[in-house]
Amino acid sequence: MKPSAVSYSRPGSVDEALALLTEHGSGAKVLAGGQSLVPLLSMRLAAPERLVDINSLAELGYVRVAADGVRVGALARHAAVLADRPAAERQPLLAAALRWVAHPAIRNRGTSVGSIVHADPAAELPAVLSVLGGTVTAASTAGRRTVPALELFAGPLETTLRPDELAVEAFFPALPAQTGVAFAEVARRHGDYALCGVAALVRLDDDLRIVQARVGYLSVAGTPRVLELTGPIAGRSYDAELAEAGRLAATELDPEPDIHATAEYRRQLAQVLTARTLQSAARSAAGVAAGVPA
Amino acid sequence: MTDELHPITLRVNGIPHQVNVPARRLLSDCLRHDLGLTGTHVGCEHGVCGACTVLVGGVPMRSCLLLAVSMDGEQLTTVEGLAAADGTLSPVQQAFAECHALQCGFCTPGFLTTITAALVEQPDPSRDQAREIVGGNLCRCTGYQNIVEAVLRAAELMKDEA
Amino acid sequence: MTTRLIGEPVQRVEDPRLVRGDGRYLDDLGSDAVEVAVLRSPHAHAKILDIDVTGALDVDGLLAIYTYDDLTGPLADPLPLLIPHPALTHGRTQYALARDEVNYVGEAIALVVAENRYLAEDAVERIVVSYEPLPAVVGVAAARDAANLVHDDVPGNVAANLVQQVGDAAAAIAAAPHRLSLDLSVERSASMPLEGRGVLARWDADAGRLRLWTSTQTATGVRAAVSVKLGIDIEQVEVITPDVGGGFGVKIVHPWPEEVLVPMAARALGRPVKFTEDRREHFVSAAHERGQLQHVEVGFDDDGRVLGLSFRFWHDHGAYIPYGLIVPIITSTQALGPYKIPNYRVEFDSLYTNTVIVTPYRGAGRPQGVFAMERTMDAIAAELGLDRAEVRARNFIQPAEMPYDQGLIFQDGRPLVYDSGDYPASLDKLKRLVDWDSWTSYQAAARAEGRRVGLGIACYVEGTGVGPYEGGHVRVDTTGRIEVATGLTSQGQGHQTAFAQIVADELGVPLSDITVVTGDTRRFPYAVGTFASRAAVMSGSAIALAARATKAKALRLAAEALEADPADLEIVDGMVRVAGVPGAELSLGTVAVLANPLRYAFDEASKAATQFAVGDPDAPPVAEDDEPGLEGRDYYSPARSTFASGMHAVLVETDPETAEIRILRYCVVHDCGTLINPMIVQGQVHGGVAQGVGGALYERMAYDEAGQLQNASFMDFLMPYVSEVPDSIEIDHLETPSPLNPLGIKGAGEAGVIPSAAVFASAISDAEGFSITAMPISPSELFHLRLQHVQQHHEGEPS
Repeated sequence: MKPSAVSYSRPGSVDEALALLTEHGSGAKVLAGGQSLVPLLSMRLAAPERLVDINSLAELGYVRVAADGVRVGALARHAAVLADRPAAERQPLLAAALRWVAHPAIRNRGTSVGSIVHADPAAELPAVLSVLGGTVTAASTAGRRTVPALELFAGPLETTLRPDELAVEAFFPALPAQTGVAFAEVARRHGDYALCGVAALVRLDDDLRIVQARVGYLSVAGTPRVLELTGPIAGRSYDAELAEAGRLAATELDPEPDIHATAEYRRQLAQVLTARTLQSAARSAAGVAAGVPA
Repeated sequence: MTDELHPITLRVNGIPHQVNVPARRLLSDCLRHDLGLTGTHVGCEHGVCGACTVLVGGVPMRSCLLLAVSMDGEQLTTVEGLAAADGTLSPVQQAFAECHALQCGFCTPGFLTTITAALVEQPDPSRDQAREIVGGNLCRCTGYQNIVEAVLRAAELMKDEA
Repeated sequence: MTTRLIGEPVQRVEDPRLVRGDGRYLDDLGSDAVEVAVLRSPHAHAKILDIDVTGALDVDGLLAIYTYDDLTGPLADPLPLLIPHPALTHGRTQYALARDEVNYVGEAIALVVAENRYLAEDAVERIVVSYEPLPAVVGVAAARDAANLVHDDVPGNVAANLVQQVGDAAAAIAAAPHRLSLDLSVERSASMPLEGRGVLARWDADAGRLRLWTSTQTATGVRAAVSVKLGIDIEQVEVITPDVGGGFGVKIVHPWPEEVLVPMAARALGRPVKFTEDRREHFVSAAHERGQLQHVEVGFDDDGRVLGLSFRFWHDHGAYIPYGLIVPIITSTQALGPYKIPNYRVEFDSLYTNTVIVTPYRGAGRPQGVFAMERTMDAIAAELGLDRAEVRARNFIQPAEMPYDQGLIFQDGRPLVYDSGDYPASLDKLKRLVDWDSWTSYQAAARAEGRRVGLGIACYVEGTGVGPYEGGHVRVDTTGRIEVATGLTSQGQGHQTAFAQIVADELGVPLSDITVVTGDTRRFPYAVGTFASRAAVMSGSAIALAARATKAKALRLAAEALEADPADLEIVDGMVRVAGVPGAELSLGTVAVLANPLRYAFDEASKAATQFAVGDPDAPPVAEDDEPGLEGRDYYSPARSTFASGMHAVLVETDPETAEIRILRYCVVHDCGTLINPMIVQGQVHGGVAQGVGGALYERMAYDEAGQLQNASFMDFLMPYVSEVPDSIEIDHLETPSPLNPLGIKGAGEAGVIPSAAVFASAISDAEGFSITAMPISPSELFHLRLQHVQQHHEGEPS
């Protein structure tokens, strides 16, 4: 399986990269980590005219942690983001989810921003970005714009970014106070795409009772889904049983079957994992409230 | 369409190589066929089996998922670069032979590079950590039992050497 | 005295080379070769209306495009049907390039040769084929119902129907105190070695010789087929097996279309030509195995003793049947396992479907047969409320009854006679290993904690060392090196080491003096191949016999030179010496020099053999019944297979909510007779168990109704990583040596995988409380089975 012939540019600056994307538009594809793109090229499922290789844009290889959250540059590899301790402390959901992304050799090259804009419905980071209410900064020769996660994903492998735009940064907001997170996934084999993945966020009040429960899902639809599940469990203690939230989620979701799992089984997983991660997130929030590191 | 050729330099196992490659040339094919380093093997070309794993700046990556042209200027280590200059097998290579951690040998180079890099970061892995280290590489022959043993044995040998 | 090496875990001589990355696999060879890509059918069943190559002609670096119309002579005939059988009345094989019809997605239609693979694929992409799609027959049920036909001239899609029987099963079942029937199914999987197929051909026009390398399990088989297809005298064809990155059965098939087309192109173009398949090609144009639907009827008494068993199954062999009926015949015969079944009837239909061909995959039909029998044993135990191990024990053939004739014809065309084995002893070992007797209380305690745990058991018997023969050649070089050759091939089983261990022991030489070559027709042209766990038995025995012949000659020659009696001589560390007389010795290398009387010396040592240096002037230099040189050649050709056996037990835990299945313990007891290298045998068991886990819980070929393979990649065909296999595999051995060969060896290559589907079904059934009758099983499938059984329970049906 060998790629088709392709032209190649390796810009030395972001501006150069943007100029190339403006010039070539949809005839060009950005090559960052390539862990999703290269197999598509090899299988000839993608045959762009030109590759714009952004691996020289070292200025995009950052992980910046501030009070309001974590900013990940386009060239930050999954492995670097996962290893970044301050980032894990500021936004534990990032590290929790990244552990599930493929295997180390893939994480060593693949980029977190790249994974987000590749928009695979079975990928972890789009769901994480969505449940946290994060954003992606898209740059072009026309300027920069910030796209909220909920406006970013148009369908499977499809974003609302224009062909001349380069995603230069993803922003993962920090957790509000008294909030805990948890991530869980069921995959057939370790490292596989999830049959169902769940990123849960729970906020407690001063009495350690649930005031907000929000869950993001991967592998249940063509784009990430985010559900507010506070309703049935509002006011419960952090260590209460939360199966009802799982049942509610199951009624809201409509997964598709594939060769690995039926729709009903995926729904069952969503239900079970929702309850389990909400419980974990709630306990984590209580621990945070008690001063225990997340 | 004729492929346009791009001149690149790859530093492989300490030796610089200058080659002209089409943009679409996979690093795996460049190493194997342009540089004649056939120790890196190709099992799937979609990044799953790990047989093609090489070290880029000491970090394991799938060479079937890298374009050679994108690796211009990089330092690469392949299985051919693991033994010492005088030919002595590295501790990981030796451990594989001692523990019968290979049968057909096709997946082996990918395991060797992966484990070599991992033991730099984690010189004393537990059994569970050893399983994690080899968790992303497929082997169809050995059933992995002896590969896990080899990771632990290699760590032992490295401790003895130190 | 040299330490005996047979039975020792000697480190492999292959390894230093392989761990350095110095392996020479097919694609590592032929750096000067041009390369091939194949246009393959995108339809499961279609007529080819037109092939238009014009778009491909201006691809840079294109050298040739071949279609069926370019094939002449024997190349234009279908590929050979390798193993005919009287019951195979409607055998069909494919053409090397499709003629006017394609019968599976992946079938080869055109061969493109270009300067490199990238360019060859560019050309393939530009060839335009017009098809008239036809209805596709997919799956056993559709084939059996035969609403559509794969081949117009094969009624009912039935290639063969075969019945074997002993006694009167129907009558015995009817008269039995108890009766049960089971409907079972096993899905398709595949060998899936990490290295795919590959062929490299060099045509020497000056010599009129073809040299072919191919990643095969049978160099001699390929040689014969290529010789016929290309019309080249077989003496002018050499086939060399390179290092092979795994076979597991799929590489026994020959000739692949590419194995005849690549040398054809090499000869036509006057350039070396190489084909290396990619992973997707392997999925859609190599071979699969395992798919069957089964129906069992059994009659038994109050003690669980089987009185009669009738086994009917339908075997999916894909679009063509080059390998004949071997797999279903093995299912039919090996289903009997270690049991005495006084009245047995087995009938199968081997069916065509519009899918990839089905040929042996490690186990080769045994896993399916074992599945049928072992589910039956569990069902009998459940029906009578008896212990599952006890029911099996009551049906065992006893050691005193060996040899035991099952009354059927085996896959080698010979009577199915078990030569040796001790099944009660194996069961004892297994029960102790897995703590069988404390299971009930363990399970009860776990249940009290809300956990679902299950223990499974499965037993099997494996006919190994199938004929017709293998040969061995041992030659002592004048340098003292021992050159050993056998014609069958290696795919990672450590033959270079194990066979060297045999020669080291037989001849009395250090292991490091020995080199073993396998699968090279230049070195050994009479062979069959590596399959059916036969290499150690067949080539091991032949090499032992050849080494003994070499030793006898060495002693005879040395005795003359040392003026001693051969009976007083021994060979230790490569030195032939008079026992107990220090200094009276010759190196084997020197004996080799003396073995070849020379007119012309070619080095210092060889001067000792020249005509003025040595020889009785009144006797012929080479005696009438002798030959020059210190070498021995012998063959091993047994009248029957020799029977290995084993029993597995597995502990599983299933998640009550997600139905995920976790392996807690995996235990193996197996009997493969004498172990040449216990470390290598253990490795074979580990590997087999891992493939078994894959086949039971993860791997299945997912064809849709149109005959498209939906998981033709490693992303979606789920082979186990380390995380999916047990943390440890506990193995205990029994060694009942085979009485049929000089070393007492039985085969071990398939032991790990044969009972897997059965043992996991047994364990999951035990955990869930209902019987698992279809394998493999995924969490999603288990989830749905649970719902079904709950529903049935509520509706008052027995689960």
